[in-house]
Amino acid sequence: MNDDVILSAEDLVKYYPIKTGVIRRVTGHVRAVDGVSFELRRGETLGVVGESGCGKSTLGRLLMRLEEPTSGRVTFDGIDMYSQKGGAMRRLRRDIQIVFQDPYTSLNPRMTVGDIIGEPFDIHPEVAPKGSRRQKVRDLLDLVGLSPEHINRYPHQFSGGQRQRIGVARGLALNPKVLICDEPVSALDVSVQAQVVNLLARLQKELSLSYIFIAHDLSVVRHISDRVAVMYLGKIAEIGNDAEIYERPTHPYTQALLSAVPLPDPTVQREQIVLSGDVPSPANPPSGCRFHTRCWRAQDICKVEVPLLVERPDGESGHQSACHFAEPRQIVETAQL
Amino acid sequence: MNTNEKLLEVNDLRVEFRMRDGVAHAINGVSFELYARETLAILGESGSGKSVTAQAIMGILDSPPGFVTGGEVKFRGTDLLALPENERRKVRGPGISMIFQDALSSLNPVFPVGWQIAEMFRQHRGMNRTDAEAKAIGLMERVHIPAARERVRAYPHQFSGGMRQRIMIAMAIALDPVVLIADEPTTALDVTVQAQIMGLLKELQDEAGMGLILITHDLGVVADVADRIAVMYAGRLVETAGVVDLYARPAHPYTKGLLESIPRLDLKGQTLNAIGGLPPNLLAMPAGCPFHPRCRYAVDICREGEPPPLEEVVAGRAAACHRVKEVYGDE
Amino acid sequence: MTDTYGSNSQPLLPEGAIDGIVRQPPLDEQSAAPARSLGADAWEAMRRSPLFWISAALIVIFVLMAAFPGLFTNKDPYDCPLELARDAPSADAWFGRDLLGCDVYARTIYGARASILVGVLTAFVTAVIGVGIGTTGGYVGGWLDTLLSRTADVFFAIPLLLGGILIMFTFPSDYDTPYMVVIGKVVFALAILGWPNIFRLMRSSVMQVNPLEYVQAARALGGSPWRVVTSHVVPNSMVPVIVVSTIDLGAYIAAEATLSFLGIGLRPPAISWGQAISEASGLGYIRAAPHMLIFPSVFLSLTVLAFIMMGEVVRDAMDPKLR
Repeated sequence: MNDDVILSAEDLVKYYPIKTGVIRRVTGHVRAVDGVSFELRRGETLGVVGESGCGKSTLGRLLMRLEEPTSGRVTFDGIDMYSQKGGAMRRLRRDIQIVFQDPYTSLNPRMTVGDIIGEPFDIHPEVAPKGSRRQKVRDLLDLVGLSPEHINRYPHQFSGGQRQRIGVARGLALNPKVLICDEPVSALDVSVQAQVVNLLARLQKELSLSYIFIAHDLSVVRHISDRVAVMYLGKIAEIGNDAEIYERPTHPYTQALLSAVPLPDPTVQREQIVLSGDVPSPANPPSGCRFHTRCWRAQDICKVEVPLLVERPDGESGHQSACHFAEPRQIVETAQL
Repeated sequence: MNTNEKLLEVNDLRVEFRMRDGVAHAINGVSFELYARETLAILGESGSGKSVTAQAIMGILDSPPGFVTGGEVKFRGTDLLALPENERRKVRGPGISMIFQDALSSLNPVFPVGWQIAEMFRQHRGMNRTDAEAKAIGLMERVHIPAARERVRAYPHQFSGGMRQRIMIAMAIALDPVVLIADEPTTALDVTVQAQIMGLLKELQDEAGMGLILITHDLGVVADVADRIAVMYAGRLVETAGVVDLYARPAHPYTKGLLESIPRLDLKGQTLNAIGGLPPNLLAMPAGCPFHPRCRYAVDICREGEPPPLEEVVAGRAAACHRVKEVYGDE
Repeated sequence: MTDTYGSNSQPLLPEGAIDGIVRQPPLDEQSAAPARSLGADAWEAMRRSPLFWISAALIVIFVLMAAFPGLFTNKDPYDCPLELARDAPSADAWFGRDLLGCDVYARTIYGARASILVGVLTAFVTAVIGVGIGTTGGYVGGWLDTLLSRTADVFFAIPLLLGGILIMFTFPSDYDTPYMVVIGKVVFALAILGWPNIFRLMRSSVMQVNPLEYVQAARALGGSPWRVVTSHVVPNSMVPVIVVSTIDLGAYIAAEATLSFLGIGLRPPAISWGQAISEASGLGYIRAAPHMLIFPSVFLSLTVLAFIMMGEVVRDAMDPKLR
């Protein structure tokens, strides 16, 4: 395995059973994540974008082992995560932490900020000796741009952006190597979003963190990510670096997404690709290529054969997309995105 | 645009919320006009008062705790605030109508969608059941709901988010309103669906010549569809301008800060130019300009007295800032 | 930090700015409010409610009455001169005298103990059982949850009073049964039938809290299930249980009175309001000696009312939607 890779997923699958009737018989499955593989390199940010139901949040939970996968492997620093038990798993959790989307439900309303950020030390007492914990919490508050004096306050006394900072401080308490950010700014106001994005970028540099940055906002993802994976209905449609995804997208879905992103510039002209219909339900995904029901390029083969994620020669490295008719096409002048 | 008919005129609108912890001044003297065929975007963050403005215009403010304490809302010359409630109700629907962010909770789950659309015709036009249902099917087709005839008897939960938003729009345009207010119509939707809905609104507006008030926090959506923009902050309009002018050269530090805080290519990987600090607490507004604690242009005059009034900068644009010369000239 | 604010020269941000921001004050910096927990907020809300003070005062009085009846009367409730039976209220016996000539006032004061004991103990026992089993079902889920829920449904299907009568008939008490054993039987009968109520509430509350992100965050940190449950799930699921238990407390007092009224709850020599009401409503007495009925009834109603009101006040104060 590449030494450079800190976290990798191999063919990760998560199906949720759908149970109906009095006896809770399993009548089907929601295919939330359906065969996802990628690698996260040290110090890198991998953005994961997609619309609702694409499985990006489930992916984040699988990488945290908040859910057990139906099949597949996650390897962290050479360790197979899902075969770890008890103490070894707890040790592993120190290295992978998460920042959640909703700043209002991600903090226990009955605990003080000090107790919330200090909880990681209660669970992992070996990280910080008892006497130094309070000081550590103060340092963490300072690190994320909050005043250490507010250690005894409660979450509801802070605004959304500040709460998100508290969530980041809790995630960083154990000095993790990988931070999974699950829509960390989508619940925040525009002017506060930028503050939190800046904070995450600064922390990455200072603490040499690797990020998985899950979001639906393509502009924010582009700003912070080195590489981007586009997901559709549980599968990766396209993955590549910034230029590959934003300037030479080869998957029609990526192209449509880029065409649909509202651009904050009234003078820009671009190709309009308006997709018909909504995203199909992951409980009953279309056959063949999952995008074929909305794709303007779909042919008969797309209804039958699942396209594989294959290397596209146009990119520098690792530009992959899953389409029978992949073809690079520039949608927007990236300078405007 | 200005040769068109003036549909709506809001003058010095004031709204306050009387709450347990004090009085929150949600809207403090908002004035604007809307002309036929025009799209006016009211842009603001949470707590800026943009949705309250819409509710006050529609007369659907939660009261208590919300109270309109002053101003006029003139619809084609008639002040709606001075009308008795039963007169006002007649304006809602055929005059001004509104769509909301959350289509699922805005539709009644126990009635079929077609029935809910048809209800508009039965209530306002006194139509019989069959005619009203036929009209409902027509409307569902107009908002591009596939297989409308078969789905007219389906219930809201049987539709996807995008389709539900279309049904909401169908209900809102059922009585051919003169003014349509859209409160964050696409915020709950996916990007690809959002594009469909904004396209639909534009199309309907072109057909009917409606005036559209688009309430949103999304700078991207605004740039795509608006003609004019009114930026709100802490219950006041801080800047109004045509859309191209505003993005090209903002005249208020808040607008400028918002535009600069969006990720851009030439700044990729660098620190975003975020606006510092927090939006003000409506229960304890700072003296002077409400934006001054976060403003990098603030000087002593900004920190005291009354907030600066909205004044013309050049023809067709206005800003509420003591230092508008520096901001506008700072390019 | 490098200069990252683009090429155009703009005024610098205030001193100490990081991420384009200054150190952030909490929202209520202006009012210099101290750290206030949700509980403290609820207390603030309750303090302003007159209903809270009325019900609190009543509850304090009744609890004192139960604990130290001697504070309220120096009469002996067992001192019953038969020749004074059914005397109307007088300076000597404020509430009059009952069938056996006992002082109604003294007996009413001493009767509080049984009601309060049964109410508080039953509410406590149902809460402990309901919270324990409800948390297990809601948190663990799966077949265990199904099993527990169905079991609760079985008990839920038995009406409180009917079941209470059955149980009390099966384990009858006689004249020599110690006081606390009789109380214990009543509590047992009511608790065995009352816990499904709390169980259902707690289970759904736990299921609501469980997927919240702060619970997930604790799991992601490697917190043990015990820790996750005790420090995150249970404290945030308890509010409805507290409210309903307070209200139910009143209902249990009423149920105890009913059982005693029917002659199968507390029996002489134990004193209780239910018994007193039962005796007083014998044929002809209601008209002839209404004082025997009125005073214990008023005390019973006031106690039940006080707890129900308190429950309502707590609910209003804890419900964030009403803020």
